[in-house]
Amino acid sequence: MIQLNWLLVLSGVLFAISVAGMFINRKNLILLLMCVELLLLAVNFNFVAFSRDLADINGQIFVFFVLTVAAAESAIGLAILVVLFRERRSINVEDLSTLKG
Amino acid sequence: MLVEVLFWVFASILVIAALAMITVRNPVHAAMLLVLCFFTSASIWLLLEAEFLAVVLILVYVGAVMVLFLFVVMMLDINIEEVRSSVTRYALAGGIVAGVVVFEIVAVVWTNSLGTEVAGRVAAHPADYSNTAELGKVLYTQYVYPFELAAVVLLIAIVAAISLTMRRRTGLKQQNISRQVAVRREDRVRIIKMPAEGGSKTAEAPASEKAP
Repeated sequence: MIQLNWLLVLSGVLFAISVAGMFINRKNLILLLMCVELLLLAVNFNFVAFSRDLADINGQIFVFFVLTVAAAESAIGLAILVVLFRERRSINVEDLSTLKG
Repeated sequence: MLVEVLFWVFASILVIAALAMITVRNPVHAAMLLVLCFFTSASIWLLLEAEFLAVVLILVYVGAVMVLFLFVVMMLDINIEEVRSSVTRYALAGGIVAGVVVFEIVAVVWTNSLGTEVAGRVAAHPADYSNTAELGKVLYTQYVYPFELAAVVLLIAIVAAISLTMRRRTGLKQQNISRQVAVRREDRVRIIKMPAEGGSKTAEAPASEKAP
C-alpha cells in the first residue's frame, strides 16, 4: 500500500529539484521551460495522490486540465522562443533586456 | 509488498532522472531525461490506479510536447558553452532554496501524519473498475463547460503558435492559390481574328470588322 506521505514527499522533492534547476539553468530558456514542465508534474502528483486517498475522482479531472494548459503553455513558449532566436540569434535570458526589467 | 517495492524503485529513478536533467550540459540529453521523468511518473500513476492520466501523460508529453522540445532544440543553433557558463554562480542559491522547500514539505507532511493513521484508508478498486469510464462520466456531465474551455485554450494555442512562427519572405516565388482560382477567362486569353496567309481580298474585309 503506497502511503500518502510518501507521495507528498516525492512530489515535494520533485518540485524542489525543478526550482533548483531554474536557478542553475538561469541562462538557458529551453531548460527553464523544461523545469516548468517538471514543476507542473510535481503539482499533478499531489492531485493524483489526494484523489486516490480521498477516493474522489475530481482531483484527476483537475490534472487533466493542468495537462491541457501546460501543453498550450509549452507550445506558445517554444513559438516565442523560436521568434526570439530569429530576432537575437541567442536564447540567453540575459540578452533579453529590451524592457529594462 | 510488490507495489511498495515498485514505488520506491520508480521514485528513485524519477528523482535521479530529475537531478540529472537539471545538471547535464546538453539540452538534448536534458530533454531525454525529462522523457524518462514523465515515463516514470506515468508508471507511478498506474500504481495509484489513475490509468487514464498515465496514458494521457505519455501520449501528450512524451508523444507531443517533448518531441516539440527536441525539434526546437535541434532547430536552433545554440552555443551550449556560452549558455552554461554561469552554472556554479547560482548552484548554491538554487541548492539552498531547494533544501528549504524539501524541508518545509517534509516537516508539514510529517507533523500532520503523526496523529492520524493514513495508510490503508482506501481500498483497492475491484477488477472491473474502469478509471477512464468514471473520469468520462464526470468530465462530460459536471465539467463539460470547463472541458469546452480547455478545447478553446488548445485552439488558441495552435493559432498563436502558428501565427507567431510564420514569416513571409519577400522576393520568393510562390503560388497564390486564391488568385489562381479567381482568375477569369478574359484575363488570360485574347482572341484575335486574323486573315489567313495568302487569303483572297474578299475574305479580309469582314475579318477586320469583327476584330476588337
